[in-house]
Amino acid sequence: MSHMTAKSMFSFRSFLVLVVFAIVLSGCGSANNNGKADAGEDAGKAKNEASGNETGGHSSGEAKKPAVELLNVSYDPTRELYEAYNKLFADYWKKEQNQDVTIKQSHGGSGKQSRAVIDGLKADVVTLALGYDIDAIADQGITNPDWQKKFESNSSPYTSTIVLLVRKGNPKGIKDWNDLIKDDVEVITPNPKTSGGARWNYLAAWGYALKQNGGDEDKAKAFVAELFKHVPVLDSGARGSTTTFVERGLGDVLLAWENEAYLSVNELGKDKFEIIYPSISILAEPPVAVVDKVADNKGTRDVAEAYLNYLYTEEAQKLVAENYYRPQLASVAEQFKDRFPQLDLLTIDGDFGGWKEAQSKHFADGGVFDQIYTPGS
Amino acid sequence: MKGSKARSVLPGFGLSLGFTIFYLSLIVLIPLAGVFIKTTGLTWEQFWQTVTNARVLASYRVSLMTALAAALANLVFGLLVAWVLVRYRFPGKKLVDSLVDLPFALPTAVAGIALTAIYAPNGWIGSLLEPIGIKVAFTPIGITIALIFIGLPFVVRTVQPVLQELDNETEEAAVMLGAYRWVTFRKVILPQLLPSLLTGFALAFARGIGEYGSVVFISGNMPLKTEITPLLIMTKLEQFDYAGATAIALVMLTASFLMLFLINYFQWRSNRRTASE
Repeated sequence: MSHMTAKSMFSFRSFLVLVVFAIVLSGCGSANNNGKADAGEDAGKAKNEASGNETGGHSSGEAKKPAVELLNVSYDPTRELYEAYNKLFADYWKKEQNQDVTIKQSHGGSGKQSRAVIDGLKADVVTLALGYDIDAIADQGITNPDWQKKFESNSSPYTSTIVLLVRKGNPKGIKDWNDLIKDDVEVITPNPKTSGGARWNYLAAWGYALKQNGGDEDKAKAFVAELFKHVPVLDSGARGSTTTFVERGLGDVLLAWENEAYLSVNELGKDKFEIIYPSISILAEPPVAVVDKVADNKGTRDVAEAYLNYLYTEEAQKLVAENYYRPQLASVAEQFKDRFPQLDLLTIDGDFGGWKEAQSKHFADGGVFDQIYTPGS
Repeated sequence: MKGSKARSVLPGFGLSLGFTIFYLSLIVLIPLAGVFIKTTGLTWEQFWQTVTNARVLASYRVSLMTALAAALANLVFGLLVAWVLVRYRFPGKKLVDSLVDLPFALPTAVAGIALTAIYAPNGWIGSLLEPIGIKVAFTPIGITIALIFIGLPFVVRTVQPVLQELDNETEEAAVMLGAYRWVTFRKVILPQLLPSLLTGFALAFARGIGEYGSVVFISGNMPLKTEITPLLIMTKLEQFDYAGATAIALVMLTASFLMLFLINYFQWRSNRRTASE
């Protein structure tokens, strides 16, 4: 070992290149950037000056409200979406309420972010990957237990689904879930125990097998167990799996969020990958919620609620669709219908009895996923 | 402070000891006590079931074996590196000397990603090893390499100063008395280096047991095969099972502490022996 790395390390330049490469690959994936302020404030100021300063400056008529700051604690793949959305909202709020609003955003694994809020991170709003992660916050009394009824569409302003990403030309001929357990197919998916995205992957496969076998749970379990025998690497998060598949060249098919799959295809090579839509998948509903205790303490409830409500407006929904999330608003969905093909989508509430039940049955210790890997079962 | 009877040559003992204990409490003792307290949410039976679950046991094995292998590799090659750095002069020595510390400075996750990129089947080194049937990334070998990387500075930096201080005279005397080089090394040099080697080994080993960032990328995280114990702790946290997570952490902590304690004991004994000779 030592002479092998010595060789690569003697050249300091190549080492630096390597490090930069590594940082780019990770996409700062696991880092929290709590302190990162959005450019929203600057945009607001610029606009203020442009509009001839009719409201800025000293008091002219209605007094200017003091600037307000929000913290949005979110999960990894929404970074780009919220960077754009924060500007949009800051402009809107300035026009509507004549108040400057700065939104800070924090990204990380959904479960990790949820724990940070439980442990005292002062988030005004959370926008996470799973309802389960917000339920955990509600269990601590930090937000209202019926948070999911507060906003339209189950408090999910956008949805997504799980698709199959294959290499260009689809050399293994993968069309649907049952092709994943063919002899020579390797499947890349993250670990459902550590990754919210992976739980959607797993449940989509489970739902497919259940439908194929007329609701026979033993057969569904056998299918999922077989599927995970085809998984050579279980990354801890969704971005890690994308890297394994895209950069390391491992596996024949990646189970991925639809938006991550689009990013891989568009950013990394239209000539390298193809998105395959299986016959059945799952409706992933990343939910949003106001963190009641924090918002009330800071007096930011109004703006926090407006921040989440505005996600449902046409402008925001367009932004959502441009970031490859499925919009809820019918008119916007119609505009982007070529991008998001319709398919048979299972829902977590309708088909799995909600997150609590899905979690305890499949992913809790001793659940179905653990049984797959328990010796002798 | 005036109450202290025997006056020390250096003043301020009471104050500095007080500060030391206060500081250690804030930074080490209280957080570690928190680990114990969180665990008390479990009954004995639950605790025992958590820490002896089949997958957890398999992960201890993976973590211990790879950390041990890596620490042993570092023991041998770390000594070699320290030897070269102390005993020889060559161009670029300062640069090599600072390279040794890089694993301390680099965020381990970055190291893990870089190592995975190199040792993956399509990486620079991985693609050379693949045809001869050696898989590194996503196997225990990959974990070991990550742990060798993060553990190297411990051995080098503990051995280096001792080696520097080593008397040439005893070596010369040994040679004058007709000892061959190997005998000189084994009977004269090695015994004096042994305490620092042991310390470096123990530090590298303890660090390896707890390492998460670099390993999680290169290990592939396959249950029962390449799943390390820190990953299982993370999966417990992911389920908001703080008590279960701290229970496993407690086992790791105890193992590491015993290990360090034993090594310190051996070191103390061998120090006393060399001193009395």
